[in-house]
Parts: sequence; structure tokens; C-alpha cells
Amino acid sequence: MNQDAPNRNRRRFLTAATTVVGGIGVAFVAVPFLSYWRPSARAQAAGAPVEVNVSRLEPGQLINVEWRGNPVWIFHRTEDNVNDLEKVEGILRDPESRQDQQPEYARNRHRSRQPEIMVLVGICTHLGCSPLFYPEDRPHGMERDWVGGFFCPCHGSYFDLAGRVYTGVPAPLNLVVPPYHFPDENTVLIGEDEPDEGEA
Amino acid sequence: MSETTSGRGFMGWIDDRFPATKMWKEHLSEYYAPKNFNFWYYFGSLALLVLVIQIVSGIWLTMNYIPSGDRAFESVEYIMRDVEWGWLIRYIHTTGASAFFVVVYLHMCRALMYGSYQKPRELLWIFGVLIYVALMAEAFMGYMLPWGQMSYWGAQVIISLFGAIPVIGTDLAVWIRGDYVVSEATLTRFFALHVAGLPLAIIALVVAHILALHEVGSSNPDGIEIKQNKDESGKPRDGIPFHPYYSVKDLVGVAVFLIFFSIVVFYMPEFFGLFIEAPNFEPANPLVTPDHIAPVWYFTPHYAMLRAIPDTFGGVLVMGGAIAILFFLPWLDRGKVRSIRYRGLSFKVALALFLISFVILGYLGLQPATGLYTILARIFTAIYFGYFLFLWVYTYFGLEQTKPVPERVTMK
Repeated sequence: MNQDAPNRNRRRFLTAATTVVGGIGVAFVAVPFLSYWRPSARAQAAGAPVEVNVSRLEPGQLINVEWRGNPVWIFHRTEDNVNDLEKVEGILRDPESRQDQQPEYARNRHRSRQPEIMVLVGICTHLGCSPLFYPEDRPHGMERDWVGGFFCPCHGSYFDLAGRVYTGVPAPLNLVVPPYHFPDENTVLIGEDEPDEGEA
Repeated sequence: MSETTSGRGFMGWIDDRFPATKMWKEHLSEYYAPKNFNFWYYFGSLALLVLVIQIVSGIWLTMNYIPSGDRAFESVEYIMRDVEWGWLIRYIHTTGASAFFVVVYLHMCRALMYGSYQKPRELLWIFGVLIYVALMAEAFMGYMLPWGQMSYWGAQVIISLFGAIPVIGTDLAVWIRGDYVVSEATLTRFFALHVAGLPLAIIALVVAHILALHEVGSSNPDGIEIKQNKDESGKPRDGIPFHPYYSVKDLVGVAVFLIFFSIVVFYMPEFFGLFIEAPNFEPANPLVTPDHIAPVWYFTPHYAMLRAIPDTFGGVLVMGGAIAILFFLPWLDRGKVRSIRYRGLSFKVALALFLISFVILGYLGLQPATGLYTILARIFTAIYFGYFLFLWVYTYFGLEQTKPVPERVTMK
């Protein structure tokens, strides 16, 4: 065997083979390091449905409950609120809820099962701030038609009282309506469709 | 090298085993820097000083800070009230964070004025921009740790930026947070990155930045290469050894800097709500967003650009682009002359407009995103990007009328 002249082909093959095998090893080891960042079993389990008693919710009143760590608003619309919903439709981006931001049973003007009770995830679809509730007064600096709604202080997005987004604001989509149903007339269960409805 | 390997005395013993004297000469006593450095050349060494201040005060804070959703806010209050001198260590760290950006912005401004990014200093500049990016991540994650209202909602907004990326965005944001909303899982990972991951990256990048600088040599306010004019012994005629000349000069800068630093630490640590924002004195509440959200002052120019675009992903692209475009600056500027002293009038006007627009965007980022403010933010965002477009057109098509550059550095 010639000790002085290395076999270049063999050397190149060994270098390439070592690199490939080592690279595959690194790729496999990367999986646990990257998956480590995903929501843990405990975080996933915290997504259970939340039961809320709405029997004492007065017209015009909004309550804020926590579901999956998100604020969820339950708002009892007044009769005027319900009638006002069509007034601003001309300046809304998606007044008919074409975008998939709600279960099928909330794809209507009031975006809810019942016109009076509204359930919304209170997280702006722009960058996740929680919009502020302006049931009557117009938010500072707002120059458009206003019949009550929500104003996101972070980047100035407006929504009407059904969570429908105005045109010309940073938020691209209507607020999310979570799955919910009424097990009885006084209770709303957030996080679950009616058992026989399946995935709406 | 030859005279140091004689092996005489203590240093000789060391030098035979470790290149101590060699490194000292290479980077300090025989590193020749141009003799005409002016005021603008303080900020590199000051940035190094602030890095040391942040590392030391940060280690001390870590001794009492508890990264948990229940106790993070309380442990910061504990440091402020019950730990001996805890308030001082924390205020040094919060003031240091802002001071870091002050000196880094001035350092970058110097590079823009004197063309310090031009050939052969492209990599030096790129390392610098990488440090800037790492520093932004470090500051952002550090701001979350006190777990106040602004910490929480600031993190919520910034992480949601990743959610705006089409297709993978939602999953990516969940992956970064480790939960469906910002939660303790997010806090603990940001803590790990803030105290270990990013500081290591920043230190490594600073070493690369300095090695690249010492390889190509420092530029100067005249923007000429001192290496092109050497005396018989091979030393640049317009160069002086970094040590003792600039080490002593920089000590004066350090003293003046520490005076201003101390004034802030002792008399105005919140700095009118800019260094520590008022909503952060309230513990994080995932159900209520503060009325008015604004990032810390050093992010406000980018924040204003983000809000100026009426489309989430578009806003993210513009904001990311504002930083990413810096990487390409050495290739956008085709000018033959480096220093603003000898460049065309249009360059001076454009650079002034660029710097003004950056400051005004910083102001707009602190204001609510309504009416006139949004329109102004759009105008100044256009000017910000316009600078880079102008610079390329101006230099690529040879429109620039430069003044003659002197042979030797001038001492004005």
C-alpha cells in the first residue's frame, strides 16, 4: 500500500459520506430541540370549554371571560344595537362574513346564534391586542360613521358591534366568533358546538 | 513575533504558550488608527462599555429575578424595594438598555455620514447590522421579563407579527409562544434567550465586528485609506497606535458618558415614561389591553412604519424591510467618495432628510394611530425608503458631483 500518495477519490467519498451521515444526525437531533417549543400537554389541556351564566346580563352590558387564555366577550345587544347593525354595512370590509372567522351558525348580520347575545373572541385580528368597547361614544380621532363598536388602541382598527371590521384599517378580518351553544336559556358554553351539530 | 518568543521573564513564559503580547500589539499598541478621529468616533467603544455594564448588572438581577407567571412581577418589585441596592442595579440595567440604543444609533449615523460601510468594509457593516438585530431581540425579550401590562401586550403584538406571514404564520406564532396566547411558557423561554442565548450571540458578533475592523482598518472623517500612505517602516503616516492615543481619548468619552448615564439612573430613571413606561407598573393582565400601547422609544420608528400600512402582512414586510435594506447598503451606494465632506449636495440633503424622517417616525410611533399621524407616518416611511432608492440612482448613474478628496487626512 502506498502510504505517501493519498487516494483522492476515496478521501472525497469518505468526506462526503461522513458529512451526509453527520448531517442526518443533526437533522434528527434538531427535531426534539424544535418541538420542545410547541405548546406542552398542559397548555393544550387548558383549552377546555367554559360555562357562563348569562341570566343576569342586562341589555347593553358586556362581560369578559377567559377561554384558552383569550378574552371572550359576551355582550347583550339592545334593540337599537341590533337595528343599527345594517347602518354601517357600506363601510365594512366583510359585512356578510364571507371569510371563515365564525362557525356556520354565526354567518349572518349579527354574527351570533341569537340577535341579542353576541359572543366574540376579544383579540384584534391585526396583531392580537384586545380592542376597547365603545358602545355609544365615538373613539378619539374616529371620523367615520359610528353606531357603537370596538376600537383597537394599538393600531387603530375599528369594528362594529358584531365584530365586523371597518374598511381602511390595519385589521384584515372580522373578529373571531368562537364555537358556542346554549345548553339552557341561561347558560352559554364557550368552546363547543351543539353536540349534534358536529364541526360547523 | 520574533522578539517575544525569547522566553525571558514572566511574559516570555506566557508568550511561549499563549499569544498575549502578540494580541496586545495587534489589537492595541500596534493597531494604527487614523489620527483625525472626531466626536463621532466615541460611540464604538462606548457601545462596548454599555455591553459590559449590561452583562454585569444583568447577572446581578438574575440572582433575584424569578421567571414565572405568578412571581415575575413580584420579584422585580422585590428587587426594587427589599434587595439592598436592588433599585440601583435594576435602574442601571434599564437605563443601559436605552443607552445601548442611543450609542448604537449614533454609531450607525457616523457610518452613514462617513461611508464607513463602503468597500472594503462591507462585512464589518454587515456584522454591525447583525449586532443591531440581535440587540433588538435582546431588548424586546428583556422588556417582557418584568411581566407588566406593557411587557405582556408588547410581546403579544410583536409575536403576532409572525402570525401575519401567510400559510405558516399561525403555527409559527404558536410555536414561538409555546401557547395559544402569551403565557408563562413564553416568559420562561424569553428569559432563557435573554440571559444566555442572545448575549452569547451578541458577544460572538462583537468579536467578529472588531476582528473585521482590525483586518480592514478604521475609516475616518475624510473617508480615505491611511494604509495607502506608509512610511519606510510600513506604518501608515496618518495613523497613530490605538493604545495609548485612542484608549486615553476614549476614557474621556467614557467619563462624559457616565456623567449623563448617572444623571438618568439617579434622577430620571423612567426618563419621562420613555425608558420605563407607566402601564408596566401594573401586573400583566391577559384580558385587558392598556388604552394606549407604544413600544419603548428605540422601536417606535419601526412601529410607526408598521402602523402606516393598512394591511397586516404589508406592514410587517415594510417594517422588516426597513431593517433588511440596511444589509444591502454597501451595494446600493456606488459612490466613489466615502465622506460626506466631499460628496455632492444632493447626498447631504438626502441623508439629512433620512435622519429627520427616522426621528419623526420615532415620535409618530409614540402617538395614537389616527388621522393626521397615520398620513405623516406614510410620508416619512416613503422618505426613509426613498433615501436608499435615491442613493442607488444617484451613484449608479453617476449623477453625483463630488469634491476632490485630499491625499492626506485633514485635522479640521
